[in-house]
Amino acid sequence: MKTRVNIKVNGVAQEHDVEPRTLLVQFLRESCRLTGTHVGCETTLCGACTVLLDGQAVKSCTVLAVQADGAAVTTIEGLARDGRLHPIQQGFWECHGLQCGYCTPGMILCAADLLSRNPRPSREDIRHALDGNLCRCTGYSHIIDAVEWAAKKMAKTPSTQ
Amino acid sequence: MATSDTKGYVGRALKRVEDPRLIQGKATYVDDLVLPGLLHMAVLRSPHAHARLNSITTDPARALEGVVGVFTGADLNKACGTIPCAALAPGQKVPPQTVLASARVYYVGHPVAVVVARDRAIARDALDLIEVDYDPLPAVTDPEKALEKDAPLTHPELGTNLAFTWSLATGDLEKAFAQADRVVKARMVHQRLIPMAIEPRGCVASWHAGEQSLTLWTSTQIPHLVRTLLPAMIGVPENKLRIVAPEVGGGFGSKLNLYAEEAIACHLAQRLGAPIKWIESRRENATSTIHGRDQVGEYEVAVKKDGTLLAIRSRTIADIGAYNQLLTPAIPTLTGSMLPGCYKLKALRMDIQGVYTNKMCTDAYRGAGRPEATYTIERLMDIVAAELGLDRVKLRLKNFPKPSEFPFGTASGLTYDSGNYQAALKKAQELAQWDKLLQQQAAARKAGRLFGIGLSTYVEICALGPSKMMSAGGWEWGCVRIEMSGKVTVITGATPHGQGQETTFAQITADRLGVPIEDVVVLRGDTAVAHYGRDTYGSRATVIGGTAILMCIDKIIAKARQLAAHQLKAREKDVVFKDGRFFAKGRPKHALTLATLAAESYVAKNIPKNWEPGLEASSFFEPPNCTYPFGTHIVAVEIDRDTGDIEIVKYVAVDDCGPQINPLLVEGQVQGGIAHSIGQALFERCVYDDNGQLLTGEFTDYPLPRARDIPEYKLGHTVTPSPSNPMGIKGVGEAGTIGATPAIANAVLDALAPLGVRHLDLPFTPEKVWRAIRAHEPPRR
Repeated sequence: MKTRVNIKVNGVAQEHDVEPRTLLVQFLRESCRLTGTHVGCETTLCGACTVLLDGQAVKSCTVLAVQADGAAVTTIEGLARDGRLHPIQQGFWECHGLQCGYCTPGMILCAADLLSRNPRPSREDIRHALDGNLCRCTGYSHIIDAVEWAAKKMAKTPSTQ
Repeated sequence: MATSDTKGYVGRALKRVEDPRLIQGKATYVDDLVLPGLLHMAVLRSPHAHARLNSITTDPARALEGVVGVFTGADLNKACGTIPCAALAPGQKVPPQTVLASARVYYVGHPVAVVVARDRAIARDALDLIEVDYDPLPAVTDPEKALEKDAPLTHPELGTNLAFTWSLATGDLEKAFAQADRVVKARMVHQRLIPMAIEPRGCVASWHAGEQSLTLWTSTQIPHLVRTLLPAMIGVPENKLRIVAPEVGGGFGSKLNLYAEEAIACHLAQRLGAPIKWIESRRENATSTIHGRDQVGEYEVAVKKDGTLLAIRSRTIADIGAYNQLLTPAIPTLTGSMLPGCYKLKALRMDIQGVYTNKMCTDAYRGAGRPEATYTIERLMDIVAAELGLDRVKLRLKNFPKPSEFPFGTASGLTYDSGNYQAALKKAQELAQWDKLLQQQAAARKAGRLFGIGLSTYVEICALGPSKMMSAGGWEWGCVRIEMSGKVTVITGATPHGQGQETTFAQITADRLGVPIEDVVVLRGDTAVAHYGRDTYGSRATVIGGTAILMCIDKIIAKARQLAAHQLKAREKDVVFKDGRFFAKGRPKHALTLATLAAESYVAKNIPKNWEPGLEASSFFEPPNCTYPFGTHIVAVEIDRDTGDIEIVKYVAVDDCGPQINPLLVEGQVQGGIAHSIGQALFERCVYDDNGQLLTGEFTDYPLPRARDIPEYKLGHTVTPSPSNPMGIKGVGEAGTIGATPAIANAVLDALAPLGVRHLDLPFTPEKVWRAIRAHEPPRR
């Protein structure tokens, strides 16, 4: 038995019939074919699947698609505007905040959540905010640099948010 | 290569060309692939560490709507060959590793059956409907107990758990020990670790019935080795196989293997006539993808009272798990080769026993045998210093070879290419403000605080390696083509998966050819494009793969020079190549660009007689030796007496990987490597219980370091070129993981030294440290 789910993903209405047990990440990856959101553990521990659900960072592997019915979701594909990278994406590029790139979309969206709540985070604040997102490549230092870079850039040009 | 006649991209901290696709969610990892008619495979795995497999009932699973087929060992083990190992020890006893279990299962996670279904959820549902009748048997999980007389046998048909014995003996050991003023002994456990790449393994196999050929997209570090090895497993010849490593989400050695699931997916794609996808779960990744380390050793150092090292004797047991994966036996033997570390020794003896247990196989995990060697020798140096009352820095300096002694022959028979261990140590001490740090420690100790300083001076072996050391070639292949438009296509047989060679190889190429870096594209990871390759592991890709590309470029420049001489009506030796332009000596205004010559080379109307059209070259680089990067890491820690919690308060690393092509990427490799060491030193330990159940199969129980666990680093470098390749580069992918663990361990044990703690085995969890503190200090009121 399938259920109809309506989610506004990156500003676009997405309506699909899915099994009630379908996870939000499966809805995004399989129904919407937005594969930038990755799965690393299926148990909410690694953060690779982090997306913004009504503006708040969630692990989309432990949210059911039906729970997100009627909500707005932002994925990594929705961050760049008119071909211009979001400052956090720029920061990750500038500061070598990624290597294999698998955890990167989740890291970037988690950072977006942080900067929306706390536009001038300390390095400790950044460490704390990224606590639920695992990276096995970078050792985090360049990721912290990247988020710091983005915060400074966004403070200078708030319109880029 | 940033000489005066190039643009100088090499040596600059350039942003990566890989990143735009990765930061926008536009990259394609294997699970992102969808093919028409795609079916999904799921694997049923053994819940027992050792059991007789009496029967498998698959009918209820087959009956589930959407299930296409259920296959057991009886269906697949004849059709698929056994899993290859390329590094068996001489005389090793080897159990055949079939793709699915046959009469018995030998570890938790051992594949027993597979389901193929219309979608992934149905395939997983069907697993629950397969009934397996097991008779559990006694399991053995402790490699030392496995060698005891009445131990259960992992593979009863072998008659023993001892897989192999490997020994290395050089110099006059008896004499060295007889001359010693002191013999310092220690026992160390190198705990088992799980690589835990954030992207689990996975693959998609597609059979092309018309061509009788097969494409396998797989999350692997080694598409070329897979192409070499797969024909023996599935019967499809090498020239009918295309292997693609798309975007790969981390490997760290765990994807340096050919696994059962890849062969099964290929076989079933052919058998069922439909593409098959298999994606590993995190739990499967923990139980059924290779593990690392897991050695336990007894070590003895013969030393003069002035600190001169004479010899090391070691007896090591390596837990290799239930089977041999691609390089399993080679890991502990590499430990043996690197055991002398940075030091001169007169004699060495190492005896390794490889032991089968009912656990997942161990194999190459970041560092692959070198971290065990470095940890051992660097802990021993601190123990020797403490027992002889010597300064640990002076002890190290006393036993280093001098820079003038390179190439330096080690007691284990290796030849270190180049080194200046003294300079790296001095620089690290300066960066760490060593004397000030010692004062800080003295003040902290006076105040009753547990403050420790640790040091490690490491050397590692990279750029593996000369073909004589490897079982299937240690060269690397590259191809460079100047297209008709003048754009440059570089193809590498190395298969980077996050290390950034699309950028560094473009830097090398743009400099050497004198073209804008934007005009260079680097292709990798597809055997239909990169025909040959030995792939990425052992910190080899930049050194060997980069040199192969340099060789291609030099061939192209030589060929273009012939064409330029012809068109400029000059003698070939009078043609100058500068900034991407060719001109006759003294006539720079009448220059031909590389792009013009490229177009002319393909149009081929105005070319020298008997000159082959086109501007393309390929090369194999066979390295004459490995490279031996080195460095010094200095760490300061403070331990909370009440909780055993460890805080890293200072971290200084000076690494020497020769000239750096891109310092930003080198920094990334070093920081990432150190993070693995922080995990190994402080948290990570793969635990099986006595029945062989894996207790650390998820991130809840197997804690990777998180952002909050990482200190602020002070990084530096020295530059000692290698004579083994024209760029003098050495490799840096594993340095952090090799140098950092003993530095952290030495710092923690230095902090605990005033309490009388001599040694603790890793990881230093708060509980372990707290118990050690409690055991060594009088109870407080």
